[in-house]
Amino acid sequence: MDLLNAIVALSNFVLIPAMAYGSQLALGALGVTLIYGILRFSNFAHGDTMSFGTMVVILFTWLFQSWGLSLGPLPVALLALPFGIAITALLVLGTDKVVYAYYRRVKAKPIVLVMASIGVMFVLNGVVRLIIGPGDQNFADGARFVFTARDFKEWSGLAEGLALKSTQLITVITAAIVVALLFWFLNRTRTGKSMRAYSDNEDLALLSGINPERVVAITWIIVAALAAIAGTLYGLDKSFKPFTYFQLLLPIFASAIVGGLGSPLGAIAGGFVIAFSEVMVTYAWKKVVTYIVPEAWAPDGLLQLLSTDYKFAVSFAILVIVLLFRPTGLFRGKSV
Amino acid sequence: MSINWRNIGLFAAVGLLILGTGVFQSWNLALTILNMGLISAIMALGVNMQWGYAGLFNVGIMGFTALGGLAVVVTSIAPVGEAWSAGGLRVVFALFVGLWVILGAVQIYKRMTPGKTRTLALLAFLIVGFFVYRALFDPAVQAIEAVNPASQGFLGGLGLPVILAWPVGGLLAAGAAWAIGKTALGLRSDYLAIATLGISEIIVAMLKNEDWLGRGVKNVVGLPRPVPYEIDLQQSAGFVDWAQSIGADPVSTSAVVVKLGYAGLFLAVLLVLIWMSEMALRSPWGRMMRAIRDNEVAAEAMGKDVTRRHLQIFILGSAVVGIAGAMMTTLDGQLTPASYQPLRFTFLVWVMVIVGGSGNNWGAVLGGVVIWFFWVQVEPMGQALMDLVTAGMSEGPLKSHLLGSAAHMRLFTMGLIMLLVLRFSPRGLIPEK
Repeated sequence: MDLLNAIVALSNFVLIPAMAYGSQLALGALGVTLIYGILRFSNFAHGDTMSFGTMVVILFTWLFQSWGLSLGPLPVALLALPFGIAITALLVLGTDKVVYAYYRRVKAKPIVLVMASIGVMFVLNGVVRLIIGPGDQNFADGARFVFTARDFKEWSGLAEGLALKSTQLITVITAAIVVALLFWFLNRTRTGKSMRAYSDNEDLALLSGINPERVVAITWIIVAALAAIAGTLYGLDKSFKPFTYFQLLLPIFASAIVGGLGSPLGAIAGGFVIAFSEVMVTYAWKKVVTYIVPEAWAPDGLLQLLSTDYKFAVSFAILVIVLLFRPTGLFRGKSV
Repeated sequence: MSINWRNIGLFAAVGLLILGTGVFQSWNLALTILNMGLISAIMALGVNMQWGYAGLFNVGIMGFTALGGLAVVVTSIAPVGEAWSAGGLRVVFALFVGLWVILGAVQIYKRMTPGKTRTLALLAFLIVGFFVYRALFDPAVQAIEAVNPASQGFLGGLGLPVILAWPVGGLLAAGAAWAIGKTALGLRSDYLAIATLGISEIIVAMLKNEDWLGRGVKNVVGLPRPVPYEIDLQQSAGFVDWAQSIGADPVSTSAVVVKLGYAGLFLAVLLVLIWMSEMALRSPWGRMMRAIRDNEVAAEAMGKDVTRRHLQIFILGSAVVGIAGAMMTTLDGQLTPASYQPLRFTFLVWVMVIVGGSGNNWGAVLGGVVIWFFWVQVEPMGQALMDLVTAGMSEGPLKSHLLGSAAHMRLFTMGLIMLLVLRFSPRGLIPEK
């Protein structure tokens, strides 16, 4: 029995990856939830907005790299991020003007907006594949690890190693900063308050003289920023592939719904719930259990609840459970 | 009812497009397009039931199609005796145990009084049940997959005629639709979309990973066909004589005849389905469905059980998609789980429904064939366009990149068509009456 090694192995394979993945999901789910709260539809194009933003960041990263720019241990992508956000913001404002504004004006049913968002998703998907191609792109540079498994073993003298990738640390720190800024904005500034008012009660907000178009435009800009950041962090941490971003849609929606659609706090909680369950259910627990139980009980099998190919099944199962027992989500989002 | 010349004209135009392909390209290609077009039309018909009659948004068409494909394997392939004796019954038993665990959990949830005890009992039951199930399931699956893994390693099917697989595909899809509908219908409309998106990803993941069922990514090839093989035709003296008597080459004629056979079968299924759905739409039931779609509150006030009716139509529509999925796998002659892509199956079918005219069965059929035609033909067009655009460019990475990415023009075009139709002609080519 070796509790310390068990904890280290658990952190290395479950806790740290899930923290990073959870932060990425939380940022993605925040974007979905904001659109839902303000524009009142589920934006199926969000995954592809993320992929578009990431693509722009990658292109700028390559440009900067060709100039020989370097941020030392940090990835150059961080420098490219503001440009990615700006261009993504222009893109979503453009799609809003060309596509969604019309349906808002004619007061179309939310489901028609959902459909339009699928059309947008198609187009964005095509654009991204046209520009950067459908393949894998790895654009992380700078230091790969804050500390490696070997460093940790030498330092602690334990049998188990613990590695912390720099992208994981960057993800968590960036996500924390972004979330803090977002909440400060929503709760403290006048514009943020008008957004919340519009989300809570559209008619009352309009009566109080809140300009709906301005609220919508600011929402899109924030969503673009969140999408570009979430996408870039995911791409840095894993790798960039357009189809993967489309597939991220399901865990992101699951996070937003689990937390309660329209509730920013819920989106964050939901992101971590989904990420931790996904990683824990698909992790082979053999190593950790072997350390905890007496030697005679050591398991033969991998103790993996589900194979990693079923990770979407995990977010889906959680989604179904929440829909069955608490359709408004953990944080009482909008039910209608 | 007056004859609607506009609609007849539209269908005639599609016929001309396909005939033109036959004349200018090849009859083989024309029939290939027609066959997949007919299957697409059936899929669009199923989706149109859900969307056009009831306003239900199903984003999981890929999953129901894939279930139809699975149905072909489990129905028509001959059973693998060795695999059955190695672990077939054990797998079936394990699945029954799994089902029993779920039903037991539902009973616990219903019978016990709400509270901490119930939650704990439920959790304990589910966890123990899961491990019992895995303990039974895993060794059986390993035993099956160890049987002749290069060519078999799965249970095979029932060895029935392949035509029977089509209704079976409908049944499988209907079962999945029931489970999804029970959960997500009655909540807000977006939830159904998200739930169907999820289930379709999971169905495809299951097809890819459950090797004991359908060989996973190793694919099942050589599925039986409902029509003769080209090679048999070429070897039959009667066919060769007949082909030569009309002055045609027996080899290429055999391919055309086989495809015509498929087209006849698909057309028959399509006509039966469209007749059934037209009758249903005109019956009191159809009026009720439209009343519910147009004003749920009013329909509910008149005593209609909206959620139940939605569940009904959702199951029916999904079953039709499942039938089409089974037909498609029969046509391909193989089940390749990796080929199920949401953009190709789910969203393309949506473009078909919207372009054709949601709420109108003929519109869905027209949309299915037309969009499929363009989906096949846009790729060479996109390539030609890219060749034209890059003709003046000097050789270099940009040119090769642009040429290489022409294939992705299709997604872009389809998305654009969908947005344009949705915006400027939301009622589609053949609007609802």
